[in-house]
Amino acid sequence: MSEMIKVNIDGIDVEVESGSTVLSACEKAGVKVPVLCHHPDLNVAGVCRICLVEIEGVGALQASCAYPVTQPMKIKTKTDRVRKARRVNLDLILAEHYGDCYTCSRNGNCELRKLADEYGVDKFRFPHVQAPRYKKDTKSFSIIRDQDKCIHCKRCIRTCIDMQKVNVYETANKGHAVEIQVALNKSIADVVCINCGQCVNRCPTGALWTQDVSDQVWEDIENPDLFVIMQTAPSPRAAIGEEFGYAPGTRVTKRLNAAMRRAGFDRVLDTNFAADLTIMEEGTELLERLHKAIVLKDKKVKIPMFTSCSPGWVKFIEHYYPDYLDHLSSCKSPQQMYGAIIKTYYAEKIGVDPSKIRTVALMPCSAKKYECNRPEMCDSGYRDVDYGLTTREMAMMLKEAGLHLADMPLEEFDPVLGEGSGAGMIFGATGGVMEAAIRTVYELVTGRPVPFERLNIMPVRGMEAIKDATLKLENVKEEYKWLEGVELKVAVAHGTANAKILMEQLIEGKLDYHFIEIMACPGGCLGGGGQPIPTTPEIRLARAKAIYQEDEDIVIRKSHENPLIIKLYNEFLGKPGSHKAHDLLHTHYTKRGRYFVKD
Amino acid sequence: MSTIKEKKVVLGSYTAGSGLKAAFAMKPQEVIQLLIDSGLRGRGGAGFPTGLKWRFAANQKEPVKTVICNADEGEPGTFKDRVLLTEHIEKVLEGMIIAGYATGAAEGFIYLRGEYAFMLPVLESEIEKFNSKKLPFSFKISVRMGAGAYVCGEEFALIESMNGNRGEPRNKPPFPVQKGYLEKPTLVNNVETFATVSHILVNGADWFAQLGTDKSKGTKLFSISGDVQRPGVYEFELGVRLSDILEFVGAENTKSVQVGGFSGVNVAKDQFDRPIAFGELPPGGSIIVFNKDRNMLKVLKNILEFFEEESCGQCTPCREGSYQLLKGLEMIEKGEKSVRYYKELVTLCEVMKDSAKCGLGQSVPNPFLSIIENFKDEILYR
Repeated sequence: MSEMIKVNIDGIDVEVESGSTVLSACEKAGVKVPVLCHHPDLNVAGVCRICLVEIEGVGALQASCAYPVTQPMKIKTKTDRVRKARRVNLDLILAEHYGDCYTCSRNGNCELRKLADEYGVDKFRFPHVQAPRYKKDTKSFSIIRDQDKCIHCKRCIRTCIDMQKVNVYETANKGHAVEIQVALNKSIADVVCINCGQCVNRCPTGALWTQDVSDQVWEDIENPDLFVIMQTAPSPRAAIGEEFGYAPGTRVTKRLNAAMRRAGFDRVLDTNFAADLTIMEEGTELLERLHKAIVLKDKKVKIPMFTSCSPGWVKFIEHYYPDYLDHLSSCKSPQQMYGAIIKTYYAEKIGVDPSKIRTVALMPCSAKKYECNRPEMCDSGYRDVDYGLTTREMAMMLKEAGLHLADMPLEEFDPVLGEGSGAGMIFGATGGVMEAAIRTVYELVTGRPVPFERLNIMPVRGMEAIKDATLKLENVKEEYKWLEGVELKVAVAHGTANAKILMEQLIEGKLDYHFIEIMACPGGCLGGGGQPIPTTPEIRLARAKAIYQEDEDIVIRKSHENPLIIKLYNEFLGKPGSHKAHDLLHTHYTKRGRYFVKD
Repeated sequence: MSTIKEKKVVLGSYTAGSGLKAAFAMKPQEVIQLLIDSGLRGRGGAGFPTGLKWRFAANQKEPVKTVICNADEGEPGTFKDRVLLTEHIEKVLEGMIIAGYATGAAEGFIYLRGEYAFMLPVLESEIEKFNSKKLPFSFKISVRMGAGAYVCGEEFALIESMNGNRGEPRNKPPFPVQKGYLEKPTLVNNVETFATVSHILVNGADWFAQLGTDKSKGTKLFSISGDVQRPGVYEFELGVRLSDILEFVGAENTKSVQVGGFSGVNVAKDQFDRPIAFGELPPGGSIIVFNKDRNMLKVLKNILEFFEEESCGQCTPCREGSYQLLKGLEMIEKGEKSVRYYKELVTLCEVMKDSAKCGLGQSVPNPFLSIIENFKDEILYR
């Protein structure tokens, strides 16, 4: 631990570690300093000049987010000088920010507007922009960009370049002509954007948003000829409460079920079921790959196998490591598996013509919008999933319909393909897919449950950047004798920057794992680009807690013990990895360009 | 007749290799002490004591260090480094090598202004001569080209540009001597500073310290342009009066003088007898003279257009502030805003000075306030 240093802030004494920022010292002292370009997930920029403070002995005002505490200091945060500078800088930003607040996607949740409200902006001190200067970029299935609202805080750049290592955004020009541009001034749809939406989650204004499909969903609900089926992933359930004033991590699944039914969805299903299905298919695929590699000595089979549930990660590897696509599991994501099953097996079960079914997926994710529109995702004979709806858009739909979660009764999912196991539930957190897979694979191979207390495989949980675990397979069942004594090595990474670290190690031949879970977003799906804003490290932890609690409450916590899964295989698919399963539940990938999209 | 004389110190005669010889006869810390004793302050404009900066760099524990010669001479009205680089290059290179010796750096770079690309062939062949010399320590120099951005004269923007990033100033601290080029300790000095160092090594600290004033030792190069009969690069002792310089270069009917470049201050007649020194009229070295025929509104607009374009654009007060100053001035000119709006612009200036991220944004108010203050009738109450 480094040296502790005394800091006095507005008369309050605190001690902070040497090297921490003045801003964090202020937080520790309970003194609120407004921020705009600062975000707890991102590198320091110090460009908006809103978090200014007076530091005794230092000439000019300093950005508290960027100034390190290295010696005892006296700080003032609300002098005339500070307040004037803050207000004028806010005025300057507002003068360049064009857009009507009441039609903005961030109406009510805009950081700029909140600052203007709280920090004394009383007029347009300077002449301000009166007409749009840019054309909105709406071409992408996932991300929309309205540059007129951009305030040059560079959060999107720092998100995309530093945090995710995707490199879509850049600063162009200089002086007053500075613009935050998509690489080479192209549309987001035409570059290496992986649609993770992390930039959307960090944009302080409405300059970045997701392609909202709620109006189409409403139309389909209204259409008497159509049968609209909702499937909901675990992460939105752990977060949508935030949009209705609940504390992060409040579980509202059953209230949400009721609200969605009242909104007009004909069926409300649980994507966890498909997560269990994914585990069956992916676990089987892993064992097949291991068999080929260990027993058949097949050089063509690729180990480690990577998970493929995260469409952001899939597009990342397609763009950046196109020669390594064979490492990706061929399994579709739970969303897409469910879509294919709903429009085949389930349609028959409920006696509805699949051409009349519309499937909507409530996801924490902006990349899911792109994923369901990928041309190959039509294995049911129809578009497997018609719409990807983010947590935020769902909340908006419910609000529009006057359906507030607090007023809702508690309702279950619809039966038949309704509920998943707990193993599916934890897909929402980083390490969740791995944990679910291990629970099933270990038991398939040894006939015994995983040797962890209450099945909780703690080494793969938590927010560490890259986690790994080793599990020795001993006393295996007869058919898996070839795995006797094998140490199953797994790793988990979240955020594509961490994925990149693993990929570079793979290329250098330094990876000796069998199975690796990768989620494009920090924290896994619960930190997805479609989740409520803000998303911070604390909020991600709270959502993860909710997800793991829900897992513990569920009786069946292993995918392969889910009776509905067993039924589905018995009645329809045959067995995991069967021909039919491959037709409906597996997919292939596309080599894409390093700079541009190639479809 | 003029009462002052040109001093030929930095531009004076110099025996190639003499600075190096003197330096290598001393221990590195003795070289630094010599510079501290000489009172030399950075010649780029900010005036940080050179010896102290070197000591900070020398004291860094990180073994890999870099010396950078800031030759991104971009301040409008400044062209002294051009003379040093083309006519006195050996002093500059020797100064860099001495800095490497004193601070423990093994590599030196000249960050050359994009517009000075024409110098490259000669410069590189001169550098090659030094690189092939046998030195008592390992030190190699090479050139890195700028690409025309004014802000890259700011030391961190320069370093970022060399790092392969967009040339933008960084938050300080940490300072370049702590974390600079490739995140290693980096000493950045102006071309003239290095040239001066070579002379100080040869002639000693006392010789230098007796030139100039108490707080501003030594001589300084001045780039003089505008409405004068004999524009050019001159060397005077610090503390020289502006009026004496004007007389020396044949300025007549002078209305005002921009001292210290666009980022410096405008000086009107009643202030001409002030000395140029640290704490007085800024000794950045650029002197632009305007005679009675010049329209100061046009002058100011030209200056603001420059800043509005050359701000790196990252921080709010500089990017938007420079633009609003220009726009505000134009609106007052056209009568779209009343003269009272000037008050808002003064407030804006205070905030820019107080909250911009780097020296560029903090300096834009200097010409704005001083020109308007000097020529209120001409600009506001027309």
